[in-house]
Amino acid sequence: MTADATEIRGRVAEFLAAHDPRSTDRLEFLRARFDAGLAWVHFPAGLGGLGAARELQAVVDTAFAEAGAPDNQPQLNVIGLGMAGPTILRFGTDEQRRRYLRPLWTGEETWCQLFSEPGAGSDLAALSTRAVRDGEDWVVDGQKVWTSLAHRARWAILVARSDPDQPKHKGLSYFICDMTAPGVEVRPLRQITGEAEFNEVFLTGVRIPDSQRLGEVGQGWQVAMSTLMNERVAIGGRTPPREGGMIGEAAEAWRANPDKRTHGLHDRLLRLWVDAEATRLTSIRLRQQLAIGEPGPEGSAVKVSFAEQNQAITGFELEFQGEAGLSYDDWTFRQPDFASLTKRGAGFRYLRAKGNSIEGGTTEILRNVIAERILGLPQEIRTDKDRPWKELPR
Amino acid sequence: MSSPDLLYSELEEDLRATVRRLLRDRCDWTAVLARCETDEPYDLALWRTLAGELGLGALLVPEELGGAGASAREVAVVAEEIGRAVAPVPFLGNVLATAALVACAEPPAELADGSRIGTVAVGLTTPPQAPFPQAVKADGSALTGAVPAVVDLEVADLVVVPAIDADGPALYLVDTSAAGVTRTPTTPLDLTRRFGTLDLDGAPGRRLAAGAEAERALRQALLTAAGMLASEQVGLAQHCLDSTVDYAKTRYQFGRQIGSFQAVKHRLADLWVGVSSGRAVARNAADALARDTEPELAVAIAQAHCSDLVVLAAEEHLQLHGGIGMTWEHPAHLYLGRAKSSQLAFGIAETHRSRIGELADLPTP
Repeated sequence: MTADATEIRGRVAEFLAAHDPRSTDRLEFLRARFDAGLAWVHFPAGLGGLGAARELQAVVDTAFAEAGAPDNQPQLNVIGLGMAGPTILRFGTDEQRRRYLRPLWTGEETWCQLFSEPGAGSDLAALSTRAVRDGEDWVVDGQKVWTSLAHRARWAILVARSDPDQPKHKGLSYFICDMTAPGVEVRPLRQITGEAEFNEVFLTGVRIPDSQRLGEVGQGWQVAMSTLMNERVAIGGRTPPREGGMIGEAAEAWRANPDKRTHGLHDRLLRLWVDAEATRLTSIRLRQQLAIGEPGPEGSAVKVSFAEQNQAITGFELEFQGEAGLSYDDWTFRQPDFASLTKRGAGFRYLRAKGNSIEGGTTEILRNVIAERILGLPQEIRTDKDRPWKELPR
Repeated sequence: MSSPDLLYSELEEDLRATVRRLLRDRCDWTAVLARCETDEPYDLALWRTLAGELGLGALLVPEELGGAGASAREVAVVAEEIGRAVAPVPFLGNVLATAALVACAEPPAELADGSRIGTVAVGLTTPPQAPFPQAVKADGSALTGAVPAVVDLEVADLVVVPAIDADGPALYLVDTSAAGVTRTPTTPLDLTRRFGTLDLDGAPGRRLAAGAEAERALRQALLTAAGMLASEQVGLAQHCLDSTVDYAKTRYQFGRQIGSFQAVKHRLADLWVGVSSGRAVARNAADALARDTEPELAVAIAQAHCSDLVVLAAEEHLQLHGGIGMTWEHPAHLYLGRAKSSQLAFGIAETHRSRIGELADLPTP
């Protein structure tokens, strides 16, 4: 263990001595942990961190988990922790950082992300939600879609068009939107799985104070790109153990049902198993590159492979089940707090996995990213780059 | 179990740079193509430089046996460069023979310094988990039998021969210049790596190991060579990708670079994804061999993945080069030949998947 790790373990021990997790109120415990700089150690002092190396976070988390301390239930606030937090740290004013980061980390305030629109998914910069300056406020009108957690979120990060006369990338600004403000309407968007993990969000004359803008007016695209980079880091950062993902479900089903095995399915399962293992090792390699400060482009590869494999594995699962594969576990309409594939039936997994090659960048867009940014192949011909947004065909 | 180290150390990158420079100077594809039509398809002078002067032959040999005491990790880096250049050198036979000798605690001095060349008398398509071969019988020290598809046989001075003697399985060392040894080359699909049939008719051999030790040594040799082959396949696939990307940027059709068409871009992006994961699994195999952490599973995964990847890469390389790719004048066929025959080496992907089924508790019906 490095000297830094020893020192930070010491800090955790000291903290635990002063805040017994068995007798301290959960929220009080989390707030104190944030104030002690042990929330996200790579953040600056005073903002939940110690300005320490990012990899020390694992040391801290492990030490707290071993002590039986409550965590901040990160799965319930993935957008807050993975995207809004780093963006506020980088682009926010001191006042914004102090206001938003602590309740974000403790989970007192959940966040969602108002980026995609019905007319602007992969072509995010084409979005048409308008933000018009009115004194100290901006007045926002438009419609967002695919918004996870909007039904629970207290705040949203929002990209809106503040200048339609500019080309599409240049006329955007980035805001923190109060989800309880008048004019914000959240409607569940029922998906092919039967549940509403996402929402539509209608914004009608929503007033956002200019003090809730992140970055400069017109700088929204750069801020949004920073948010999305953090999304990729968040996806690539966690490495499952062998058989840790969907393949584990399929492998367990195979072991438990000898009567359903066929030779054809056996080779298919083994192919899927090898593919899953290859993707797992690729993501370990990515993490190792990141740890020595050499960010590899493998993140895009992992995302593409992961999506393809989840779809192939869940399809295999249904075929392996035979008759049982014809039924579905539960079509009841519900709004989950977070997406979990493992607690539902194989039919649900099959349907939900279809989103894996669409959400967080479609496989087609990621292939373009790999081809253009990594392999240096010529860019797609774009006719919209230098024309004012308002003149673009829609 | 600690997680594998899938990166390259600074030392390994230095080694790569040295080998790549040498291969660029001495082994460009026009030289490889010209050589493969002569009576000397292997570049033995190049091999002596690689193995002897650069010390690559000694990498797998532990210090107590007079070697460099490096590991499969370093050899794998060399393998990548040899694959990238489709270098016509007896690398695979050397890895097989060296690993077998090391497993028998026998110092492979002359193989390590490049002055002699070795191989192992097993068919090149033999997977590591195959049962011990029965084709050669030993009567005292006299060996009799025939083994087809022995890699690098025509240039080998020494052959490690698995044979059945009075005590059961054993490994013998045979000098190919001895009486009773006949080597018959086969016309190869892969012009850059050759094989032949070894016929032994009472040929003299020196016993290296017997019984379980012989079986273990042979398996270790096959496992090591199969693991190194995965890295060679990654190097070859990387070359095919790089070369095709370059071509897609310079070749114009319909007034555009062909690399600007999504139909081409997406295929190259997919190939890049394949090579990225191939690199991870091949590094994992090299690391597992070096540290002896579940090497059998790691090699099976690497071979199951990389032996198909390399063929895909070579086929995309050819297809995306269009007409020129189909000609003798372009090296695409050299890469395709090496790729397809290396896919067969040590067992095809399905064979490795079957082994994974056993090792990972995913039993057959």
